Amino acid sequence: MTLLDSLAIAWTALRSNLLRSILTTLGIVIGVASVIVLVAVGSGARSEVERQIAALGSNMLVVFSGSSRVMGRAAGAGTDLPLAESDMAAIRDKVPGVVAISGQLNGSGPVVFGNNNWTTTISGIHADFATVRDWPIVSGRDFTPQDIRGTAKVALIGETVVKQLFPGEEPVGATIRVKNAPFQVVGVLGTKGPSSFGRDQDDLILLPMTTARGQIIGKSQVQTDQVGQIYIKFSDGTDLKEAGEDIETLLRQRRRIQPGAEDSFSVRNLAEFMKARTEVLSTMTYLLAATSIISLIVGGIGIMNIMLVSVTERTREIGLRMAVGGRSGDIMRQFLVEAVTLCLIGGIFGTVLGAAAAAIVANAAQWPVLISPSVIGLALGSAAITGIVFGYFPARRAASLNPIDALRSE
Amino acid sequence: MNVHDRAKVDEASVLRNRDAGSLLIRATDVSKIYEMGEQTVRALDGVSLDIAEGEFVAIMGASGSGKSTMMNLIGALDRPTSGTLTINGRDIGALSSDDLADLRNKTIGFVFQQFNLLARTPALRQVMLPLLYAQPRPPDIEALARHRLDQVGLISRLDHHPRQLSGGQQQRVAIARALVNNPKILLADEPTGALDSKTSEDIMALFTDLNKDGITVILVTHEAEIAAFAQRRIHFRDGRITEDEGRGPASVLAGGAR
Repeated sequence: MTLLDSLAIAWTALRSNLLRSILTTLGIVIGVASVIVLVAVGSGARSEVERQIAALGSNMLVVFSGSSRVMGRAAGAGTDLPLAESDMAAIRDKVPGVVAISGQLNGSGPVVFGNNNWTTTISGIHADFATVRDWPIVSGRDFTPQDIRGTAKVALIGETVVKQLFPGEEPVGATIRVKNAPFQVVGVLGTKGPSSFGRDQDDLILLPMTTARGQIIGKSQVQTDQVGQIYIKFSDGTDLKEAGEDIETLLRQRRRIQPGAEDSFSVRNLAEFMKARTEVLSTMTYLLAATSIISLIVGGIGIMNIMLVSVTERTREIGLRMAVGGRSGDIMRQFLVEAVTLCLIGGIFGTVLGAAAAAIVANAAQWPVLISPSVIGLALGSAAITGIVFGYFPARRAASLNPIDALRSE
Repeated sequence: MNVHDRAKVDEASVLRNRDAGSLLIRATDVSKIYEMGEQTVRALDGVSLDIAEGEFVAIMGASGSGKSTMMNLIGALDRPTSGTLTINGRDIGALSSDDLADLRNKTIGFVFQQFNLLARTPALRQVMLPLLYAQPRPPDIEALARHRLDQVGLISRLDHHPRQLSGGQQQRVAIARALVNNPKILLADEPTGALDSKTSEDIMALFTDLNKDGITVILVTHEAEIAAFAQRRIHFRDGRITEDEGRGPASVLAGGAR
């Protein structure tokens, strides 16, 4: 008896109990669908996190003012010193491995071009900002050190702002009004997409730090050399942990913080922070994996149950097959093939269902959909294994029937 | 009927004489004992029996006489508890389950009272079934099945499912299935038990024709009218042979003085 014969017999048997076959296979459908969703969403989410980490900029540390443990504790007066140009200069000069460094001072306000206006984030930055953040300029030019020193009235604008202010127009060279002051657009930033918190990172305009600080953002609230946060990019191979400790030591000295006292600033590796989120994600992945394994087991038990019923119902047929020369192995294989066929059909439906569900989830979360052939292989493979594992016992029971008793059964 | 019958028997005897000496089945002091809880049932109690190739034998007896047990042994579906039974020269007590399956496949064709056709399966595929289990598989099994359906007069019904066939037609399909692997023995267990008398006679006529063509027919029945078609009738009671009538010269020659 060839495999093809066994398949034909299995197909006939399954078709003759169509409703029962469909209901039986539902467990497998759900199990396989969750395998697909699990892998597709899991890897989609992971690749999204990786994209976000890459969007932050690699080999980067960020220094914020204020203690990292400010939450829940009243910071002492004067401990929350803003970071200043001099801090930036000290880090650049004294911490080894610094490639590029830039402050980022954030505010917000209306930006106007022609009849269009848009309220957006306005950030003051230094000339190295694009390098630090791995943020390409897609048209026009970056700021030069002269722009920064000379408090030039120039701006770099994000993709979202381009869409809002310049529908169908070339922004580079245009003059926009930022809080009523005229600025010339010199460049457009590449798209970064949403941040891990869903904030649109492309909804901003960048101005030279000096210009922004003096005229746009703070005026009275901002001290003259304040820089907001400091982004520092290190050369490849730099130990970021060590670099972070160097910065901490340096800033504690500069601020004359007593040993044992809290830092009045914090140094963070955002990529590490994101990686921690990836770990949360893999915990969720394990949970989903457990769900799909459980539904495959439950589905498999359903298969086993119905196969046992089938063996009982078809005892005479088994007897006949044995009488005309079917060996135990032939009978065993026939029922195994039947169980595996049932599971594979469930697997195919489960794959379709899972792919659809994954596409919906990915669409809602704006993740890329990742359904590779290997995922489908994995899903169908686990369906087939379920069929073999749970079909084995019924098949063995069929194969071990005594042909005389089987022929005599009603 | 007597004259007609006698003529058939004579023809069969001629055939058997041609093959005289080729012993097909030999049972020597065969017993079959079943343990049923505390009870021990001696279904067969020291039976010795020879059947030669080409014979038409009826195994008769009441229920519980041991005839069904004998049939199971001759059908290589079971092994004796003691004694030896050889079929076509092979000692079935010494064969593995797989070897028994192969022996059934190649040497024995079964016909059952309830036909035992597969549900929702066209006649042609029913007849092909034994060939699917044959090792090695003969070439063009469909043509072989077609030929046998033609032989039983059902070539026009090869697409029909059992439900679309009458009882007699279903039994003919079953006979075609039993013949398809060209076996030496046609083993029929109450083949007319589920048929009316006219159809029964047709089926018995078919068996007679097949026997004339050389196949050994062994019929298990409790009906004397059906047994009358056979040339030789072996009666069982309480697990023993009580009578062996019409034993032809072939089996006498083959078996010698036993």
